[in-house]
Amino acid sequence: MRAYLDAVAAGYPSTSPALVYLLGMLAFGALVVFVFILPVAGITSWVERRVWARIQSRIGPNRVGPGGFLQWLADGLKNLLKEDVIPAAVDVPMFRLAPYVVVAGFCAAFVALPFAGSLIIADLNIGILYISAITSLVVIGILMAGWSSNNKWSMLGGIRSATQIICYEIPVGLSIFPAVLLSGTLSMQGIVAAQGWAPTSWHMFHSPFAFVAFVMFFVGALAEGNRTPFDLPEADSELVAGFATEYSGMRSLLFFLAEWGNLYVIGVLVSTLFMGGWQVPHFTDNAVVLTVAQFATMFLKAYFWVFVAMWVRATLPRVRVDQFMTLCWKYMVPIGLVNVIGAATVMVLLPDGSIVLRLIMVTVAVAILVQFARRVLFHLHRADYGRLGRIGEGAA
Amino acid sequence: MTAADAMFLALAATAVIGAAGVAFSRHILYSALSLMVALFGVAGLFVTLSADFVAGVQVLIYVGGVLVITLFAVMLTQGIQNVEVSNRAVGSVAAGLLTAGLFVVLLRAMSSAQWVKPPADVPTQTSTYGIGNALLGQYVLPFEVASLVLLAVLVGAVVLTRKETAE
Repeated sequence: MRAYLDAVAAGYPSTSPALVYLLGMLAFGALVVFVFILPVAGITSWVERRVWARIQSRIGPNRVGPGGFLQWLADGLKNLLKEDVIPAAVDVPMFRLAPYVVVAGFCAAFVALPFAGSLIIADLNIGILYISAITSLVVIGILMAGWSSNNKWSMLGGIRSATQIICYEIPVGLSIFPAVLLSGTLSMQGIVAAQGWAPTSWHMFHSPFAFVAFVMFFVGALAEGNRTPFDLPEADSELVAGFATEYSGMRSLLFFLAEWGNLYVIGVLVSTLFMGGWQVPHFTDNAVVLTVAQFATMFLKAYFWVFVAMWVRATLPRVRVDQFMTLCWKYMVPIGLVNVIGAATVMVLLPDGSIVLRLIMVTVAVAILVQFARRVLFHLHRADYGRLGRIGEGAA
Repeated sequence: MTAADAMFLALAATAVIGAAGVAFSRHILYSALSLMVALFGVAGLFVTLSADFVAGVQVLIYVGGVLVITLFAVMLTQGIQNVEVSNRAVGSVAAGLLTAGLFVVLLRAMSSAQWVKPPADVPTQTSTYGIGNALLGQYVLPFEVASLVLLAVLVGAVVLTRKETAE
């Protein structure tokens, strides 16, 4: 984006370049928010409800538009028109501000997210550090919401969320290290550029340690995103709706918008750090076609992990608080520490990596995936998937 | 006024307004949230000094860690209704003297310092590489000593919170 703005600034010599950069960046930010973040978060909500419904042998929203596809627009419109109830006993300024802080923290992460080789708002030198840092606004917003609601369930939800995010920031940080070590840079585009399009050149298959880091990053990111099985802050069976209990109308929806949008951020981060990001084979010299292909690759990889997160949410029960803390401090933190040293040792012993090791790891991963798919197909067959599937389609 | 000046003034104003909010808020939670504003302002100042890594770490550690722990401790405190008064005006004479002394010291430091004005249009470059090399090269001993302090803190925390089980 910087190169484009340089060209624009050169075209208007009379105005100050700083003004062009400021307005240009604001325009790009608004473009990304309205053209990308909002639809992606909204459509994710519809996809998530349909996926759960299918997993739980229900139908899900299928009335608005083809297959219920426009449900997210209807929900958004409905929530905009709803009354925004502010209870009498809340701390009004903080209560009103909290959802915006959460959304601001989540949108700010998009500044450094790579969409394609040349599509990124700002390729910061400290990209991944910036994303880890700026998303801490989300936890501040959640704490504000929890406290200002003046409700014990909200308060407990806010406190649980704070604990969760500060605990899991450590294993997530430790699992980012191997990817950063392998790339030698913190910049998101630099990390993608250090990998290739083939799975054998992805960071996750560099060594067993990198693969463990990849798994830990995904689990930790789910915990930081307050996703099941780690959705303790809004555990509906214990805390009504946690920190969002007192919110209504659009303010309530903003929390969920951030949650669904955050899924996509998690997907992009996993793909960028460990799965080669937007890398595609250089099949054409046409820059536009190449950029579209890169964008599609990035989106599909990210959305794959969004789908896995939905799948996990529909199948796993919520963990208890003590189990949650045990997992973090007794398993993930020690494994993460050993892992960083292990990944660094492999890098010292094999400075250029080992193609044999990579091939073995890819083969093992493919074998595990094939076996997993066979089990899934077997169970689908046993559950007479065809009959249930036809009932769902018939009702639609 | 150039754009850089305007940016500096905006960031400095953010930091100062945040700091004033910390000092003058009647409510401890508003103080904590003003601290967040101040920290973001300071992080922005670091960025204008091309210390992007320090800015990132500042937000990560202070906003994501220290501030959250502070809010957490405040919220877990018994009798949350009684925390309204965060700054009682006690010992105003001693505080005034102390502040005046600090002000004089800072003013002297500011006026006697050699201010280096960087040449215009210095390309901003990443500071991560330099910091990493300095910490693990020239300053490796202080770095390791600092980690010993952290280890002592960890051991202390375990000793303080651990319940001795009866044999």
